[in-house]
Amino acid sequence: MKFDIYDLGSFTSSFDQLLMENFSPFWAVAIEMVIIGIAILAFYAVVGLYLVYAERKVCAFMQCRVGPNRVGPYGFFQTIADLIKLLMKELIPIKNADKLLFNIAPFIVIIASFMAIAAIPFAKGLHAIDFNIGIFYIMAVSSMGVVGILIAGWASNNKYSMIGAMRSGAQIVSYELSVGLSLVTIVVLAGSLQLSTIVEGQRDGWFLFTGHIPAVIAFLVFLVAATAETNRGPFDLAEAESELTAGFHTEYSGIKFAFFFLAEYMNMFIVASIAATIFLGGWMPFHVGGWEAFNNIMDYLPPVFWYIGKTAFIIFIMMWFKWTFPRLRIDQLLTLEWKYLLPINLVNILVMAFVVLMGWHF
Amino acid sequence: MSIHELMFYLFSGMILLFSVLTVTSRRILRAAVYLLFVLVSTAGIYFMLNYQFLAAVQLTLYAGGIVVLIIFSILLTSHISQKFEPLGVKKMVFSALAVAAGALLSIMTILDFGFDTVVTTSQNPDMELIGTSLLSYEKNGYVLPFEVISVLLLAAMVASIVIAKKEKSK
Repeated sequence: MKFDIYDLGSFTSSFDQLLMENFSPFWAVAIEMVIIGIAILAFYAVVGLYLVYAERKVCAFMQCRVGPNRVGPYGFFQTIADLIKLLMKELIPIKNADKLLFNIAPFIVIIASFMAIAAIPFAKGLHAIDFNIGIFYIMAVSSMGVVGILIAGWASNNKYSMIGAMRSGAQIVSYELSVGLSLVTIVVLAGSLQLSTIVEGQRDGWFLFTGHIPAVIAFLVFLVAATAETNRGPFDLAEAESELTAGFHTEYSGIKFAFFFLAEYMNMFIVASIAATIFLGGWMPFHVGGWEAFNNIMDYLPPVFWYIGKTAFIIFIMMWFKWTFPRLRIDQLLTLEWKYLLPINLVNILVMAFVVLMGWHF
Repeated sequence: MSIHELMFYLFSGMILLFSVLTVTSRRILRAAVYLLFVLVSTAGIYFMLNYQFLAAVQLTLYAGGIVVLIIFSILLTSHISQKFEPLGVKKMVFSALAVAAGALLSIMTILDFGFDTVVTTSQNPDMELIGTSLLSYEKNGYVLPFEVISVLLLAAMVASIVIAKKEKSK
């Protein structure tokens, strides 16, 4: 079995062949599903933990502090210690809460983000499912997470949770529109919804650069709307701690709270990966059409590192937002979406369609 | 049993179970959540049939749209302690009869239809095909229903804005 870090497709397909030769198709598919499930689960946990660490370090950097530095070198094991603490905390049962809904709400949130992560291309050939409607699928499954938040707020039987859930619902439902429309702008340019085709289409330059001004506008709108959709500051009204204690997860403790926490960070990771894939070429190295020597030099870095680097860059920008801007009020938030972002987006799609029609893009 | 059959039984079992729970649950938000599970399982069946576009539409429109709207309205109107009264025996018997008659009628119709056993190659319509046939006015084009629905939606939107608009204070 050949392991080539530049093209993992040969590795995965030879592994698939190996399984198909030794097992019946039913068991081969079942084993593959289990392996992919475990791999994504492990990835999910590790990335979630280290995003929390990264957030604390970035926050400390923005505020001229040191940040976690006691557990391990540079506080590297801090979040692992936190996780162990959360696992050992008591799960407090709430009187007069709807127990069933209270308990399934964290799972709905986490399953929605888990389903989205399966369709993300991590590297060449490292792509669990490649639907021909890739982006649409990710939008569809991630739109279900809000149901979990709403249920959590209602089932807690607590007014702060309820207000937090309502705010969060209003926010996610309205900003989903801007996220979708800014992605549609790039779909017009790429001519496909399939993520692998979109990445391949950026062989001669990322869409952010080849799509002229409309692509840049779409990128900015996407960044704002995606930050809002993941309920992160400055749009974190749903858990505005000064007014609502902790918003929709006020009543949750222990591992159930950790699920919400993890899902929030993973949602940030997912939108950052989408931004990296759609606008910055995903795992595609930085290429400029026609510069063969330059492109060959860029190809030396394996695709998976390009992907991680771009995603980390977007995540850093989103953390920068959080620690720079003050929190918006709910009316400002809705005004921003409905009176500014949405009209800009709609005009932007028309401009992009015109650019593509005239062939002005590179 | 092939993996397809297994998945089919899994999804249809979930659909049946949660459909029954949706109408028998006495707490309104639980009913809404069971409805969500029914809709997601239906999307699962579409995925199994390799019709991913319809599955994603089902997820965005029903699971992410309509159920969210239903839950929103429940959150605004009802309290957690609210429970529906259990139905009387008479009502239960008659509604069970009505449901059984409806189910019987649909099953009879399906069995009577006599599906052709022609094996066609499975088609996976891509977005381009769907997009062009939506806006095509030739044979098999859908431009008229598309336009009619968009006018209807526009009218609904204008109407809701008019209703929601605040009166100007005099």
